[in-house]
Amino acid sequence: MSLLRIRNLSVSFSTASGAFQAVDAVDLDVDAGEILAIVGESGSGKSVSMLALMGLLPWTATVTADELSFDGADLLRIDRAARRKIIGNDLAMIFQEPMTALNPCFMVGWQIKEALRVHLGLDRATRHKRAIELFEQVGIPDAEKRLTAFPHQMSGGMNQRVMIAMAIACKPKLLIADEPTTALDVTIQAQILDLLADLRRETGMGLVLITHDMGVVAETAERVCVQYAGQKIEEQPVGPLFDQPHHPYTAALLDALPERATDKLLPTIPGVVPGQFDRPSGCLFSPRCKFADATCTTTPPVAAGPELGQVRCHYPLNTGERKAS
Amino acid sequence: MTEAVIQGAGLHRHYDVSAGVMRKPRVLRAVAGLDFELAAGKTLAVVGESGCGKSTLARMVAMIEPPTEGELTLDGKPMLPSDWASLRQSVQIVFQDPYGSLNPRQRVGVILQEPLTINRPDLTRAEREQRARDMLEMVGLRPEHFDRYPHMFSGGQRQRIAIARALMLNPKVLVLDEPVSALDLSIQSAILNLLTELQDRLHLAYLFISHDLSVVRHVADDVIVMYLGRAVEVGPKAQIFAAPQHPYTRALLSATPNADPKGRKERIKLSGELPSPLDISSGCPFAPRCWKAKEKCRQELPTLSGDQHRAACFYPEG
Ligand SMILES: Nc1ncnc2c1ncn2[C@@H]1O[C@H](COP(=O)(O)OP(=O)(O)OP(=O)(O)O)[C@@H](O)[C@H]1O
Ligand SMILES: Nc1ncnc2c1ncn2[C@@H]1O[C@H](COP(=O)(O)OP(=O)(O)OP(=O)(O)O)[C@@H](O)[C@H]1O
Ligand SMILES: [Mg+2]
Ligand SMILES: [Mg+2]
Repeated sequence: MSLLRIRNLSVSFSTASGAFQAVDAVDLDVDAGEILAIVGESGSGKSVSMLALMGLLPWTATVTADELSFDGADLLRIDRAARRKIIGNDLAMIFQEPMTALNPCFMVGWQIKEALRVHLGLDRATRHKRAIELFEQVGIPDAEKRLTAFPHQMSGGMNQRVMIAMAIACKPKLLIADEPTTALDVTIQAQILDLLADLRRETGMGLVLITHDMGVVAETAERVCVQYAGQKIEEQPVGPLFDQPHHPYTAALLDALPERATDKLLPTIPGVVPGQFDRPSGCLFSPRCKFADATCTTTPPVAAGPELGQVRCHYPLNTGERKAS
Repeated sequence: MTEAVIQGAGLHRHYDVSAGVMRKPRVLRAVAGLDFELAAGKTLAVVGESGCGKSTLARMVAMIEPPTEGELTLDGKPMLPSDWASLRQSVQIVFQDPYGSLNPRQRVGVILQEPLTINRPDLTRAEREQRARDMLEMVGLRPEHFDRYPHMFSGGQRQRIAIARALMLNPKVLVLDEPVSALDLSIQSAILNLLTELQDRLHLAYLFISHDLSVVRHVADDVIVMYLGRAVEVGPKAQIFAAPQHPYTRALLSATPNADPKGRKERIKLSGELPSPLDISSGCPFAPRCWKAKEKCRQELPTLSGDQHRAACFYPEG
């Protein structure tokens, strides 16, 4: 059984100009000890879908799902007290915006020790020792001294590391890391990714890694979900995804990588992601897709089976019959 | 080698930072002795860790602040602060943040004409407007965008507007400080293509700052690798990537993730954090993190040596 199982998750926001569908019928499974990456254009609903799972969206959001289960618990029906026991403990998240997750009024050391107290019930001395240990693990120099710093006294990259330390403090069973290394230098990024991989090995932690860095995906993830305009449009193990993408959007995204360039000019994807008012009635990618025909613009594709990476496309690529451009 | 359009020699930029009340301010050497030259139609990329002084260099070249020491020259003539106003027409800058760098209360047309209004009083209103409209087209935006406000544009479109504004005065040099770092991959490629096309067409010289080595590898002709305010390695792109000489360059390259699942490789793990630019030791600034450092490295400061491809290291790689 999977550690995390999501079926038909949708999120819509009520806005001044009407409802906005941010996440659209997403299915997702994560096993213990597995690293799943979620990639996709900015605004494709990566963060919102995970915040929905954590129960952290504002009241303007309407969340619906057929199933939302974690480690045997039904997150759709669970009461608040039971949820509080899970969130931040067995199910932890590193947020995209470190400053929104840290409380500016408290010293970072206090914040991490408080998490250790509430969730693990450690005594004072052990908390102190463990907090230093965690800071050292995430590469914060002068760890003991930094415990007394306030978030605004540290750089963005340093706060990001504090957040990572807090997220792994309780040895979660599943860690959702939303762009965990974007504010960090590549040398520190490498250190953090190694740390997460070590944790996975030691504790069997599952990891959901949201990132736009295809290099990080290629080197870290085992399976990859690609999202576009709120939908999951494809999911494959990392090797086949990079070699044989089925969705034209995935193929176009990979083509845009500078390291794949054969020419001085890079391949681009014309147009922009649909917004609230120009959501196409057919395939959401059809206005930008070079293969789209009349069927694509009128009929929304349903997800294919696992043998085709659950691709949402009328004319998937790399199926044997059709080759990528 | 082609003639340099812009050149820097022995550049320093120091900041006084307060160390608390009643204490003497300390000197932070954000850029601590840097040389470069950049020819028309070429791209010189500057890479290095956060805080190594890339943006500080960019601000000096773009005449936002003067060097504390050293000299910048444009077409062989010194860029003195007294001449900045006129020189700015030749050197323009584009920043990373496509959201913060445009005035939200101004329409795109006004934003584009502003540099002309300030620097080209000789042009008529109609001429200014025509130039702004032409530029809009050149950077791939539509005529109807002329009267819109920045918030109506996507990140990639805003970066196009910022580039268009920088080009209004026909500069020779464009300083690009992380121009694509805030953008999606698909938009990044469109902006990089735009920069390539503009360079070919206008023979622009780019000082291209980026921490993304895959982008640098794509756009650069030459590369400067900076560490704590100094160049530790300089050379043609192909040589820097194929045969890095400085251990820091090697570490940086090895830490950069490769977007190929089959290409997993050994990473060099650096221990320790980038030290503070406030207390740089007398020896090689990289020595505290270097796995090859010997006594000499901690005592003496290595200088760049070599021909075209130079590294500041006593025990270079390869
Ligand atoms: N509170 C909210 N009210 C209305 N719309 C929202 C709200 N939060 C997010 N959205 C919208 O939901 C969509 C999905 O946002 P989300 O943050 O999940 O994107 P993302 O895939 O994480 O993008 P990025 O890569 O930029 O982080 C976006 O269009 C966003 O504007
Ligand atoms: N106005 C200033 N006053 C004091 N210190 C400054 C000032 N501007 C920059 N610094 C310091 O100078 C050093 C170099 O900063 P700079 O912004 O040039 O780095 P960078 O290489 O552009 O980093 P990043 O990759 O994070 O943008 C840093 O230690 C920074 O804190
Ligand atoms: Mg997000
Ligand atoms: Mg900078």
